[in-house]
Amino acid sequence: MKTRLFAATALASLSAMAATGAKADELTLCWAAWDPANALIELSKDFEAQSGVKMNFEFVPWPNFADRMLNELNSGGQLCDLMIGDSQWIGLGAEAGHYIKLNDFFDANSISMDDFIPATVTGYSEWPKGTPNYWALPAFGDVVGWTYRRDWFERPELQAEFREKYGRDLGVPATLAELKDIAEFFQGRDIDGTTVYGAAIYTERGSEGITMGVTNALYNYGFQYGNPANPYDLEGFVNSAGAVEGLEFYKALYDCCTPPGSSNWYMSENIDAYRSGQVAMQMNFAFIWPGVHADATVGGDRSGYFPNPAGPAGHFAQLGGQGISVVAYSDNQDDALEYIKWFAQPGIQARWWELGGYSALRAVVEDPGFAASQPYAQTFLDSMAIVKDFWAEPSYASLLLPMQERVHNYVIAGQGTAQEALDGLVKDWVEVFEDEGKL
Amino acid sequence: MSHLNMDSVARATPRHLSRRIRGLSDRAIAWVFVAPTIFLLLAVNIFPLIWTIRLSFTNYAANRPNAEVQWIGLRNYERILSDPDTWATMQATAHFLFWTIVFQVMIGFALAWLINQKFRGNDLWTTIIVLPMMLSPAVVGNFWTLLYQPQLGLFNSIVGFFSGADPTSFSMIGDVHLAPWSIVIVDTWMWTPFVMLICLAGLRSIPDSIYEAAECDRASRWRQFWTITVPMVLPFLMLAVLFRGIENFKMFDLVVQLTGGGPGNITTLTSIELKREAFEKWRTGYSSAYAVILFVTVFGLASIYVKALNRVKDR
Repeated sequence: MKTRLFAATALASLSAMAATGAKADELTLCWAAWDPANALIELSKDFEAQSGVKMNFEFVPWPNFADRMLNELNSGGQLCDLMIGDSQWIGLGAEAGHYIKLNDFFDANSISMDDFIPATVTGYSEWPKGTPNYWALPAFGDVVGWTYRRDWFERPELQAEFREKYGRDLGVPATLAELKDIAEFFQGRDIDGTTVYGAAIYTERGSEGITMGVTNALYNYGFQYGNPANPYDLEGFVNSAGAVEGLEFYKALYDCCTPPGSSNWYMSENIDAYRSGQVAMQMNFAFIWPGVHADATVGGDRSGYFPNPAGPAGHFAQLGGQGISVVAYSDNQDDALEYIKWFAQPGIQARWWELGGYSALRAVVEDPGFAASQPYAQTFLDSMAIVKDFWAEPSYASLLLPMQERVHNYVIAGQGTAQEALDGLVKDWVEVFEDEGKL
Repeated sequence: MSHLNMDSVARATPRHLSRRIRGLSDRAIAWVFVAPTIFLLLAVNIFPLIWTIRLSFTNYAANRPNAEVQWIGLRNYERILSDPDTWATMQATAHFLFWTIVFQVMIGFALAWLINQKFRGNDLWTTIIVLPMMLSPAVVGNFWTLLYQPQLGLFNSIVGFFSGADPTSFSMIGDVHLAPWSIVIVDTWMWTPFVMLICLAGLRSIPDSIYEAAECDRASRWRQFWTITVPMVLPFLMLAVLFRGIENFKMFDLVVQLTGGGPGNITTLTSIELKREAFEKWRTGYSSAYAVILFVTVFGLASIYVKALNRVKDR
């Protein structure tokens, strides 16, 4: 009996060791649950074949992505070996020690940040910003842009009516004011027996939606995060006259030209509204464009794409996208670094773009054939040239939440004035920076 | 248990243990039995409470374990109590709490009274009525967002049909005046059956003989209702109010799914605000102070209420 017990114990121990060994050849990559994630699964099959490492994926829907993943990082969890974290997390990832620094790894493997689109390096990899300290490899370039119903825009009767009313052709708007005119023109219009609306814009309250939307108006009307000479000097920059005008513009756009009931919409709701033929235009991140182009109802020539239009004080668009980082708590850091090395190769990056992932590698996007490779490729390039991002401070979440609250309170709930909302935001942000010891 | 059984149990106790127990007093043995529970309560309830109170006087942030923790006295409490947003959140919670309880008690009692009348299909109706409370609050929140959709939502269509208003002309969860009512409606729809069940238990506990005696005294139905039914159901009703009050004070999932606390801050209840402070902004010290304030409020109100409940029961 004793011998049998010993044999069973030995067998169990061996099995356990074998299982542990198998675990060492697995990597878990964490990202948001969206279309590009499916493309990454496809792309990663090549890595699995080359390295023998099995890839596991943990994808979380966008509204819960930050909550879930930041909790994972903050608790020192080992779920993720690789994290494709949002651009704004880079400060926290670096300062709290959640990500490993990649400079030495990049140097040892001849990976140069000069080979990537500069805005993505600044946005996704650097902390502190503007310094050559890298915590991620630019993985997915993304930016807020616009999709529109080209088939509706090109209808002769609508063209004629628009020209008569506004004195110009119905086409891609050059300015935000023109965009509002077009949205107003379509609002409540009957097209093929269906009532349609002007534009689907970001209004979501719970996570980051309305902030990612409103900044596209604020930046272009003169909003700045702070004094360029002193980044934490906010008064007169966050709540400047231009910023107030930009916020009023966004509210006016919401009031005049969005579908009824769109008071809490973000990416997926905007996609649904557009695909179901409810709206003439939608604001959304560029990641949706491959899906729109392939859509049976609104895809192909029926849709067009344009960058966020300019405003009276500039031409910017909200940066999206993410870099890929190695989680400091992972036991599989070597394999994770191997994955990044594999991912950075030009051939893999070119395939990434083919599959629907937005490569940030200059060799891919500066290729002479890139702009014509997809109907939205040129718009992507134009948009990436005008990006601006939200705070990427370690206290990013504490800065985001008051903005969500103040902007939603004014734009959607109609409480107070734009000036009061932005003054309140300055007060909230000052409090956060005081708590941080930065003021 | 028979003497024989007791004896066999005593003999089954391991000798070294029985020898030790034999030397203990009854009081000590009682403590031995109660100690694990007390230890568990201390570890799970009392220690976290004391720890939370301690954290509420600091600037601790759980996502920065390496940062220096400073003792800041009453600053967190001052900030919370002088912040107009706190009072707006309290007001939103009070509105939600008051109206959900009023509607649930009225409708729940009426339904229980109807169900208590013996009629055909009584059981089937009871089952149908209690279905909503069996659903997950997150699911309920999600599908009511669809019902409230101005363009295709059933709720707006029904209101439009009866009022003649254009269903797309109003948005239940997007309008600052309607949103607080939208969450009241959904919670009432979901939890009225719970109040109904408690009331039904109360109604069925009233002996028929009391009504028969009242009939002999020629008391009218109305008189019977106010002098027999209501007083005898009141303790049950008060218990239902207590349960719903405590539940709705910490309401989170349903409202988050339905409105996300919006538009603006209109439906941001205290539990939503607390979660944002604690696990999104990671202001652990501040949120601990917030939690302590809420705890004192709920504990105080519940204590007063339970005293009133006991007085009613003793009548």
